[in-house]
Amino acid sequence: MRAAEQVQVPPADFQSYYGKPILKVTRWKEPHLPGYLFLGELSGALAVVGAVAHATGRRSLARTARLAATAGAYAGGATLALELGRPERALHMLRVAKPTSPMSMGSWILSVHSALVSTAAASEVTGRLTGLGNAAGVASAVTGPLLAAYPAVLLADTAVPAWHAAHRELPLLFVGGAMTAAGAAGLAASAVSHDRSDFGAAYRLAMIGAAVESLGGYGLETMPGLVGEPYRSGSGGQLLTAARYLTVSGGVAALAARGSRVAAVAAAALLTGGGLCAKFAVLRAGKASAADPKYVVASQRPTASSHDGG
Amino acid sequence: MTSSGTSLNGRLDDVSGDAGYAGHPQRVGFFTDTSVCIGCKACEVACKEWNGLPEPDAFTLTGMSYDNTGGLGASAWRHVAFIEQDVISEIADGAATRWLMSSDVCKHCTHAACLDVCPTGALVRTEFGSVVVQADVCNGCAYCVSACPFGVIDRREDDGRVWKCTMCYDRLRGGLEPACAKACPTDSIQFGPLDALRETAHTRLAELHAAGQGEARLYGDDPDDGIGGAGAFFLLLDAPEVYGLPPEPVVTTKDLPSMWRWAGASAALLAAGVAVAFAGRRQ
Repeated sequence: MRAAEQVQVPPADFQSYYGKPILKVTRWKEPHLPGYLFLGELSGALAVVGAVAHATGRRSLARTARLAATAGAYAGGATLALELGRPERALHMLRVAKPTSPMSMGSWILSVHSALVSTAAASEVTGRLTGLGNAAGVASAVTGPLLAAYPAVLLADTAVPAWHAAHRELPLLFVGGAMTAAGAAGLAASAVSHDRSDFGAAYRLAMIGAAVESLGGYGLETMPGLVGEPYRSGSGGQLLTAARYLTVSGGVAALAARGSRVAAVAAAALLTGGGLCAKFAVLRAGKASAADPKYVVASQRPTASSHDGG
Repeated sequence: MTSSGTSLNGRLDDVSGDAGYAGHPQRVGFFTDTSVCIGCKACEVACKEWNGLPEPDAFTLTGMSYDNTGGLGASAWRHVAFIEQDVISEIADGAATRWLMSSDVCKHCTHAACLDVCPTGALVRTEFGSVVVQADVCNGCAYCVSACPFGVIDRREDDGRVWKCTMCYDRLRGGLEPACAKACPTDSIQFGPLDALRETAHTRLAELHAAGQGEARLYGDDPDDGIGGAGAFFLLLDAPEVYGLPPEPVVTTKDLPSMWRWAGASAALLAAGVAVAFAGRRQ
């Protein structure tokens, strides 16, 4: 596979201005951006889990999922605020609602989602206004998937070649990661809980998530041409490879998790690690593709032939 | 007060009208004719003086010919590039060095990705058609930094907000031309109504071609290009990437509907995945 990719990419000597980047390398940083991607998708998937669990009479699971979804949403929001150059102006995000800005749409999705899951969680904890709490829980099954998927639009809607070209692969990676993270949380909970009645659902969710997440990662690694190179080489490529091994071995460990609490914990740790590595890989690949002008030139002039150095 | 407009790409002849201005002045811009740039950097100095821009973190020599600014940034809104090329010259009867100099600036795109993606409304289209950051609104999210296809706008880390060329909005409001154009001693930087500048540029290009400068080309002048044409366009003497410019930039927002479709389908996949996981028999 790797050799075949390299054959497809002709060696090209791109002209540049002293090798300087054409684009500004993103100011988004570690661990904030990958951390937010993970927390947001975890909260999103857990909101759906909470709604489905409630609908199917799994009261204990619904309660746990709603509480965890709330924690994830608020921790994610705090992470985003810390990413700002002016964190005290975080609420300026809600000054306008702007369809052309995925970050504006995402801010509203996160805000509404946070309100819904915390309403559902508060109702669970206090036992009051259960009608309202359950309605909010059902509504959060709509905002949750959007919260998990919209960051793919956020990243793709940039001039960063490795992100812009990946608008099909990134949402798969993120919603797959959402299911994996929620499934892993379920596996870990089943390992420490006496009640293992929800093990099967957690196991299936983790397996479905791992498959979708691996598909997204595979899509990134095999993007043809130079634009996919940052996902195959450098620290972005290494982290994406690590993510694949962690996710696959987490899936293998999950096979043994039904009979072994140790295996369940190991599976949860491996799957979570895989999801985190994938998020860091996406940030690193984006930075690499913005830092080298050849990726910009190649994405805009695919037929660019070699020239003398400028 | 203003919006980012309604159209995401394609030709747009009334950019200020699209953003909601009625009875606005005609669109103005820069035509930077690099063939007469002498690399004096008066534009850089005038810009810094007028706009009160902070000095660089360090005064260092880059080794990039006479360019010690390095590029456009949060505190460098004009940047003169210096390119030294080995050429065969008939005049010099053999090997010689050709110097290209070009004063770069924010392109004030017709379809400005920075403006499209700004989540707070800090970036606005002005009545003159230029794109400006409102410093009292910006919260430093830096989305615009990654969205700009030219690598122009950037965050000042000690300040936390993003900054870029305003086309001297304050001077325009007072009926003056921007400081860089005012200071340029060779008229390499020309300011005026965009339509008139485009005519001037095409005339100048024809002159250069007639004089044997076949490599001369306009950059950013075409209202049908990927950004709907730039409010600040250039006459270059080599390929754009030689000057550190993207060869064929396209506003990233052009593909936004497609991005949302894929994300929406993936969101549905997530909901379906959870439903399937819970459909099985309980243990």
